[in-house]
Amino acid sequence: MSTASAAHLATAEHHYEDLPFWRKYIFSTDHKVIGIQYAVTGLLFLFFGFCLMMLIRWQLAYPGQPLPLIGNLFNESAMVGGIMLPEFYNQLGAMHGTIMVFMGVVPLAVGGFGNFVLPLQVGAADMAFPKLNMVSYWLYFVGGVIMFASFFAPAGAAQSGWTSYPPLANIASVGQTLWLLGMAFLINSSLLGSINFIVTTAQLRAKGLSFYKLPFFVWAQFITAFLLLLAFPPLMAAAVLQLMDRLAATSFFMPSGLVVNGVVSQLSGGGNPILWQHLFWFLAHPEVYVLILPAMGIVAEVIACNTRKPLYGYKAMVDSVIAIAFLSFVVWAHHMYLTGMGTKMSSFFQITTMIISIPSVIILTSLALSLWGGSIRFNTPMLFAVAFLPMFGIGGLTGLPLGLASADIHLHDTYYVIGHFHYVVAPGTIFALFAGVYHWFPKATGRRMSEALGKIHFWLSFIFINGVFMPMFIQGLAGVSRRLYDPTQYAHALPTQPLNVVMSWSAWLLGLSQIFFIINFFKSIFWGQKVDQNPWGATTLEWTAPSPPPHGNFTKPPVVSRGPYEYSVPGRKLDYVLQSEPAEAPVAGAGKVK
Amino acid sequence: MTELSHEEIKHHIKIYIGVFVALAFLTIVTVAVAGFHLPLVPAVTIALLIATIKGSLVATFFMHLGWEKKIIYWILVLTVIFFVVLLVLPAVSSA
Amino acid sequence: MEALIPYIAKPHPVTGVTNSKLGIWCFLASEVMLFGALFSSYIFLRTGSVDWPHGSQLLNVPLATLNTMILITSSVTMVMSWASLAMKSIPKYRLFMALTILLGLAFLVVKSFEYAHKFEHHIFPSTNTFYAIYFTLTGLHGLHVLIGVLVNLYFLFPGSALWKTNPDQLTGRVENSGLYWHFVDLVWIFLFPVLYLL
Repeated sequence: MSTASAAHLATAEHHYEDLPFWRKYIFSTDHKVIGIQYAVTGLLFLFFGFCLMMLIRWQLAYPGQPLPLIGNLFNESAMVGGIMLPEFYNQLGAMHGTIMVFMGVVPLAVGGFGNFVLPLQVGAADMAFPKLNMVSYWLYFVGGVIMFASFFAPAGAAQSGWTSYPPLANIASVGQTLWLLGMAFLINSSLLGSINFIVTTAQLRAKGLSFYKLPFFVWAQFITAFLLLLAFPPLMAAAVLQLMDRLAATSFFMPSGLVVNGVVSQLSGGGNPILWQHLFWFLAHPEVYVLILPAMGIVAEVIACNTRKPLYGYKAMVDSVIAIAFLSFVVWAHHMYLTGMGTKMSSFFQITTMIISIPSVIILTSLALSLWGGSIRFNTPMLFAVAFLPMFGIGGLTGLPLGLASADIHLHDTYYVIGHFHYVVAPGTIFALFAGVYHWFPKATGRRMSEALGKIHFWLSFIFINGVFMPMFIQGLAGVSRRLYDPTQYAHALPTQPLNVVMSWSAWLLGLSQIFFIINFFKSIFWGQKVDQNPWGATTLEWTAPSPPPHGNFTKPPVVSRGPYEYSVPGRKLDYVLQSEPAEAPVAGAGKVK
Repeated sequence: MTELSHEEIKHHIKIYIGVFVALAFLTIVTVAVAGFHLPLVPAVTIALLIATIKGSLVATFFMHLGWEKKIIYWILVLTVIFFVVLLVLPAVSSA
Repeated sequence: MEALIPYIAKPHPVTGVTNSKLGIWCFLASEVMLFGALFSSYIFLRTGSVDWPHGSQLLNVPLATLNTMILITSSVTMVMSWASLAMKSIPKYRLFMALTILLGLAFLVVKSFEYAHKFEHHIFPSTNTFYAIYFTLTGLHGLHVLIGVLVNLYFLFPGSALWKTNPDQLTGRVENSGLYWHFVDLVWIFLFPVLYLL
């Protein structure tokens, strides 16, 4: 069997090697190449979205002041004499959110890490549908290009918030239509990807790899795929409806009697803007779990590996992630408490929202308890993974007053909300993604990244990211609204204006701190210290393949006989046991041990 | 389903014809009932009931869901739950 | 490369399904949510409206009833085309697949008459919210019918060459295409009474 498989793999490799460059690296069907394509494109969009934020922060810290050095590079429609126009500020806001969520974090977390690691961790040769996988990357790419190009449309990109609420989004300029089109591509990319992840996990697990022996990372990606599969279609429908409103003059979201800029609308009316909110948030709430679950998966892997002990509460974590996924579909209207729902429905959504915090806490607590008694290695991935815990904790705790309808009356649409969700996704998810990059870089490239540069990157990022987001809670409690072009126009926002300066400088310094990561990343690809199969001494299946794995991944399909985190097993010479190592043969003459 | 024998498939074909007749009949019924112009609540109830029966026939027999494996069944149950949530909650929230 | 991926033609020993069958059911689950969102919009807009017309007053019930019968018949011919492959008869497969395609095209032709009649009388999606949801729901459904027809055309002509090298895989593919087709029929089974009869 093994020689036949080795020959099979050799044949596959041989055929694969003969493919021309454009089929091997551009329209590749190999999950590892596709994963790297997603990761690199995702990182580029994260960088672009970050730049948009740095521009926003100039206007917030120094409202109405000309932007030094680069201000004159901008078109008259964006900046006049280097001074930002409100319309451009709104574009920056809407596109920063859209790009970070849909073109940065999810493609990197799911498309990048999911594609690269999942087939390896389940012991498969590739995803179940490699051609479909290739299509899903290129759909994402096209959607990303459309979104980027929308900045150059007449009157610029979408500027009605990443939430695109009608009636404003309905009457906005062409950039909004391009946003809807871009979203359509991204949604379909996601759909095809999620089908691949579900089928691969269900069907292509190695022999002996039952569901409860899967690494937590695989569970997280598997559950995330269900969220994407079932929650995205309503947003697709909503996008179709908004496109119909904008292009075919329908009134799905336009109420009767609307007056726009003093002119009575000639539309038929009879629509309802709240319909858009329901359809949008039906997706966008599960979407935030799409943002966090892969991150929890990465943190779990990095913590288990660097504490040299099994995860605490693996089964509770798995059950919790299933519960979170289910509950995430019935909490969405906590984003709509101020739309006049009535107390019965507000109570319903408040109850489900409070309940969903329980499995999240179970997961966070299990990860934290996993550190107890561990032989901890504070390498760069571990620093990011450990920092994730209190950062996600702050994000989660600040979500509680928002989930309570009465407190939300004061906090809705203030900077408190921005602080809350950024804590979860920036020092939360993005830190976890950095941990993942440092952790799996050796597997993907065969080289390590520099620990020295990595540690500098971590500490600077940690300090400055808290500098950006912690003051937002104070601003929010003071009543400062989000999406404000000029915070100094309101008297109640003036006392917290100095915080804007602190936050903006933190943001720019945070940006500069990423240079250490960028240099480390590229330097290590060419000159990083070479590594073998398993430089971290980890237990999961990807570490049994070469670094980087060849096309087809494994010389012979792995057979699994043990759980995913057999670290520090008593009586063993090494402090880890690979999942594919055969179970011990019973010792001859020994009694039966119960 | 490709593991079925010739005899089993011939038996299935008899069922398909039977389902077709049932679907055609129910279509006529649903159009006829609509002609009675019942008040809204009974009209909606009967129309959706008949549609659900027709849909179940298509799903069970044409789509072979009656013989399908558990994994498919559970994915669909989950989907139907979220489908009902999506159908009902927005309208109820705005009542 | 694909030779390294198992369970393409033969089912997985534990889940009992092939990769593509599981895949198509996942896809159909997402389609349930897509049409579900539009039905939800219909309910939301109708329950929130002051005045909502009776479908039969504005729409062509006889034509839509005909279309319902056409689609139901096409579902039978579709499942018969799969059964023919399962019983190893390529000529019967071609006959039933061709019938399915023709019935699908007939559905679209009848639909185009319906739409043309509306447009001639200056009735468009923008006319009112009822017509907006009517055109959007039936239009999206019609698009799905068209895509189904194109996929079936592929399986009738170039795709059927797979019978020579891997008959089980072709039978599975036609079965999966059938699942999609039945789903499109299923959506219409709900669309028809909701829009035309209530």
